[in-house]
Amino acid sequence: MLEPVTDTDGAPFWAYAARGELRVQACAGCGTLRFPPRPCCPRCRSFDTEWRLVSGRGRLWSYVVPHPPLLADYAAVAPYNVVLVELEDAPGIRLVGNVVTRAGAPLDSVPPGRVRIGARVQAVFDGSGLPAWVLERS
Amino acid sequence: MPGPGSGQGLKDATAIVGIGQTAFAKHLDEDERTLACRAVLAALDDAGIDPGEVDALASYTMEETDEVELAKAVGLGDLTFFSKVGYGGGGSCATVAHLAAAVATGQATVGVAWRSRKRGSGPRPWTNTAVQLATPGQWTRPFGLLRPADEIAMLARRYMHEYGATRDHLFNVALACRNRANQNPAAVMYDRPLTREMYMTSRWISEPLCLFDNCLETDGALACVVVSAERARDCRGAPVYVHAAAQGLPAQHHGMVNYWTDDPLTGPAWTAARHLWKHADLTPEDVDVAQIYDAFTALIPLSLEGYGFCGRGEGGAFTEQGALEIGGRLPLNTGGGGLSEAYVHGFNLINEGVKQLRGTSTAQVPGAATCLVTAGEGVPTSALLLRN
Repeated sequence: MLEPVTDTDGAPFWAYAARGELRVQACAGCGTLRFPPRPCCPRCRSFDTEWRLVSGRGRLWSYVVPHPPLLADYAAVAPYNVVLVELEDAPGIRLVGNVVTRAGAPLDSVPPGRVRIGARVQAVFDGSGLPAWVLERS
Repeated sequence: MPGPGSGQGLKDATAIVGIGQTAFAKHLDEDERTLACRAVLAALDDAGIDPGEVDALASYTMEETDEVELAKAVGLGDLTFFSKVGYGGGGSCATVAHLAAAVATGQATVGVAWRSRKRGSGPRPWTNTAVQLATPGQWTRPFGLLRPADEIAMLARRYMHEYGATRDHLFNVALACRNRANQNPAAVMYDRPLTREMYMTSRWISEPLCLFDNCLETDGALACVVVSAERARDCRGAPVYVHAAAQGLPAQHHGMVNYWTDDPLTGPAWTAARHLWKHADLTPEDVDVAQIYDAFTALIPLSLEGYGFCGRGEGGAFTEQGALEIGGRLPLNTGGGGLSEAYVHGFNLINEGVKQLRGTSTAQVPGAATCLVTAGEGVPTSALLLRN
C-alpha cells in the first residue's frame, strides 16, 4: 500500500494521525480552518498556524468503488470503497478515506452496498498513521 | 476585421489557418518526437506557410518534445515567443490562446500549437509511484484513490445524487461521441458501434463510471497554425477566427481533486465561461456545434452547465432526446472526441472545431458558423470560441 509522501505543510497532520489524533490546520490569526495544509491563510494572509483537534465525526459526501486495473496492492482488495468525509466541525473540509469495519480492517471489509451518501462516520486509528472511518450505528 | 491596436483585444484578431494530424491508434511505431514533427509539418502545409516563417510555439507542460527539438528538426525560423501550459488536458485551448495573444500583440507572426503523445503505447501516468505530488497525492493515493477516473467518479457520484442525473445521461454522451466516430474513418472507434446494452453491462472502472465513461488510450499527434486575421486572408484555406479565448482557475480550486471548496461541483468551466462570454459577441444560444473535453463522460454535464448551455443541475437532462447528436440542440464532439476518436489531451477537439467551420467535418453540422472548444474540466482549464 502507498504511504503518504508528505511535505512541510502536511507533515504535522500525519504526525498527529500517528498518535491517533485528527487535527486540521487552522490560522492562528483569524481562526479559519484550511485543507490541504498550506503556508499561509488565504483569508487574512497570516503565516501563523495551529493544529486544531476535531471530533472525527463526519458524513459521507460521496464515494467511489474502484475496480482493476489498479496498483497490485489495491487490486488485491478490489472492489473497495473510497469515501469523501465532510467533517462535522469543519464543513467544506472533506477528507478522502475508507470505510472499514474497525480500525486496522482491510479496505474491502465493509460490503460496498452498505456505503451511502449522508451516512454518519467516525474516524478511527490503528497505529498505522492513516485515519480510517467506521459507520456510526443508525 | 479588427486587428492589433484596434482596441478590440483578442476578438477575431487572429485565426487558425492550418491543421495537421497523424494517424490515431492504440499503438504507432514512430516515437513522439517524430509524430510531433509530422503533425506540425502537416499543419503548416495545410496553411501554405513555410516552416521557416514560424516564430512562435505553444504546447502543454506534459509535452515531451520540447521547442528546441521540434524547431531544429523541422527547420523553424527564429522563435520570439514560446510557452507551455500546465494541468494536462486543461491546457489544450490555452495553447491557441497564448499564440493568439502573442500574434495580436505583435510578439510573433506565425504560431504553431501542438501535442504529441503515445498514451496508447506508454505507461498509465498513475502507475508511477516513484513520482507523486505531495499535494494532493498524500491526501488521496494512500486510500486507493489512484487514478483520474477515481477522482472524477467521486464528483460524478455526488452530482448524480444531488441532481438525479443517471447512467443513461452518461450513456447519451458516450453514444453521441461513438456515433460521430463511426462517421470518421480516422477515429480509433470508426468501425465499433456502441449500444446501450454494451454500455450497461460493461465492466466498472470506478463506480459509478464504467469502461465506456472513460476516454481512449491513444498514440497520435496534432497541430494547428495561428496567424493574424490580416495574414489569414492570404493563406491556403478559409480562416477560422479565434473570436474569444479564456483560461480558468477559480479561487480556491484544487485541480482534479477539487474536494476542498464550498462547492466542488462548480469547476473551472464557470470561470473560463464568464470571461469567454464577456468578451464575445455571441451567447451560448449562438453556438452551432461544441467540442467539449471528454476524458470522462461525466465532464460533459458539468461543462454544459459551466459554459451556460443549461442551468445548474440540468446537464444530465440536457443530454436527453438526442440533444448531442447531429440535428440536436448542441451537436457534440463531432469527430468522436476523446471518448471515441482519439485521446490526445483534447487537441483533436480543436482541430475538429476548425473542420466544422471549414465545412469539412466527417459529421458536418450544416452551415456551422460558431464552435465552442473546451479543455479539461475539473482541472485549471481553457476554452476557445471559434467562428468562420
